[in-house]
Amino acid sequence: MERIYLDNNATTMVDPRVRDLMDIFSVQFYGNPNSLHSFASDTHPYMREALDRLYTNLNVNDDDDIIINGCATEGNNTVLKSVYFDLIAKSQKKQIITTQIEHPSISHTAEFLESLGAEVVYLPVNEQGIVSVADLKAIIDPDKTALVSVMWANNETGLINPIKEIATLCRENGVLFHTDAVQAVGKVKIDISDIDLDYLTFSAHKFHGPKGVGGLYIKNGAPLIPLLHGGEQMGSKRSGTVNVAGMVGMAYALELAVEALEFEDSKVRRLRDKLEDAILAIPSTNVIGDRAYRTPNTILASFKGVEGEAMLWDLNRNGVAASTGSACSSESLESNPTFKAMKIDPELAHTGIRFSLSRFTTEEEIDFTIDIIKKSVERLRAISTSEF
Amino acid sequence: MAKKDLVGGSLWEQYSDIVNERMKYPKFRGELTQEDAKKLGGKLIVADWGAESCGDTVRLYWIVRESDQVILSAKFKSFGCGTAIASSDVMSELCLGKTVDQAVKITNVDVEKAMRDTPDKPAVPPQKMHCSVMAYDVIKKAASLYKNVDMDSFENEEIVCECARVTLSTIKEVIKNNNLTTVEQITDYTKAGAFCKSCIKPGGHESRKYYLEDILRETRNEMEKDTYSVDRVDFGKMSIVMKFREIEKILDLFVRDFLKKDGGNVEVVDIKESDDEITVYIDYQGACKSCAGSQGTAFFIQDTLREKLDSRINIYTV
Repeated sequence: MERIYLDNNATTMVDPRVRDLMDIFSVQFYGNPNSLHSFASDTHPYMREALDRLYTNLNVNDDDDIIINGCATEGNNTVLKSVYFDLIAKSQKKQIITTQIEHPSISHTAEFLESLGAEVVYLPVNEQGIVSVADLKAIIDPDKTALVSVMWANNETGLINPIKEIATLCRENGVLFHTDAVQAVGKVKIDISDIDLDYLTFSAHKFHGPKGVGGLYIKNGAPLIPLLHGGEQMGSKRSGTVNVAGMVGMAYALELAVEALEFEDSKVRRLRDKLEDAILAIPSTNVIGDRAYRTPNTILASFKGVEGEAMLWDLNRNGVAASTGSACSSESLESNPTFKAMKIDPELAHTGIRFSLSRFTTEEEIDFTIDIIKKSVERLRAISTSEF
Repeated sequence: MAKKDLVGGSLWEQYSDIVNERMKYPKFRGELTQEDAKKLGGKLIVADWGAESCGDTVRLYWIVRESDQVILSAKFKSFGCGTAIASSDVMSELCLGKTVDQAVKITNVDVEKAMRDTPDKPAVPPQKMHCSVMAYDVIKKAASLYKNVDMDSFENEEIVCECARVTLSTIKEVIKNNNLTTVEQITDYTKAGAFCKSCIKPGGHESRKYYLEDILRETRNEMEKDTYSVDRVDFGKMSIVMKFREIEKILDLFVRDFLKKDGGNVEVVDIKESDDEITVYIDYQGACKSCAGSQGTAFFIQDTLREKLDSRINIYTV
């Protein structure tokens, strides 16, 4: 069997249909869209079509903006820094409320803004690993809170937060709300018109689009100070020559992902559950978070006595690519913040392996992976100091 | 940062063939029992090091012949990453046939060298060097159990960088002898800080007792103290601005460290000079303000300034 890719929460394969569509922007329609000649205007129908696809598939009102940018890290930085410059630096609203389980593009940006004088509250999660609306309600303060930022779905666990309720609570308190939806877009249904949010970030390469392009939804009227100043692209909200191929590819990838949502929720979910059941059938294993509250493609499993990086190496040697939250392979021996927030036993934090599937994952691949996992756990447990 | 750091994630590509092989098929993994010890005619030692909650544990088994303290058999178990498994395996092999005293001298640096494919190419990338440190610690633990002594008795020097095994005295020495001014230079000279980087400053992979940044600052301070001299005639001729700067320098070098230890500090408010007198007005801060011994401190400051700069200096506390 060829290599098996089960690290789709890190990045995904570009859908071949998306790649084919993007091809023409390299040598044929390469004009700068902001120029006046026909090389520029040639690109415009494609860009308009791309916007139509984005607006339709996220159900966004035409009065709102979806600005095309470089990645979700850029989108997240844009929102937090914009709120800092627009509100925190100039008014009595100095507080950002976020969570202990955010991606580093939120948490490290928030820490940086703290160093500039912002007050940041990092909400814990409940025993389910989910942000509690009641916790937020207890802290949110219409006079103090400038922004609430809560991720839609967690990258490690796949656990989904109650975004709609949080958005409503923020609106009632007159507080801006942002969600990092990188792990949700293309995996679960997103209907922006149904939710009262101000900003939402997403990234193409998480749903079989190209790397280096992302999108930021901004509700009409929500303040935005651009992160990148320069030309007048994206209504001056994001300068820099538009990545036309990326934009077109992202929009098409989103359309295909949304079309496949039912498939994601049935076939991908079934394969995920099959893999999960097989993992749980191995003694002394554990999966983090209730299946019902997770994106349909994600498993975060722990295997007692098996260090994460050692297992990942073993899996990779046998052709299976997954991911580990094991601290040994990261910069700090402190366990991963998501694990910490979920109060997961530190012994387990070093044994975590994440498997994330996609709509391209096959049944054969899952069967093969199950076999490899069993062998690897057996081998490493034979070496391990841990007792069973 | 530089070109070589711009592509991330290439940890495993840098493993030597030996590391890969030992990760796949560790030769010395397993246990030794009392029966094995009886069969070989030696004493069984089982040493544990690390904690699963810290992500790394290793258990070392030895059978030691008591007549000459030779290690007859060695095995290990490990809850750790691939590098930890491979280095524990090689470490076990290196122990074989050595006496306990010889084994204690095996360091993680020896283990890393033994895992190299060619003598000049490191066996593991710098970030993974610390994973072999446990292999060294567990040998000391086993030896301490055999000899029934404290583990610290095997370490008579303070180690700043565990990965490269560089001592505090070595680091101070190279800073002084080579007049080093940056942490990067210390790393170039000694390899300290070149691996997991935990010893450079707080907030790294693991917390350390000593950090290179602190050692550098303190050593530079000591060096400046040792070499500080100013021509007294020169001080007398200095403009008031230069005099102020020179006084500040003396306070930094010789006075403020003592005051800060007790939570205090001192500030120069003004300087007035006549032909036969230079009056330095100082203002105490923090704990010095309310300290009963502040008069004594004033004398100490006055003596220091007179000795280093000019005998005509008088201190006046505002």
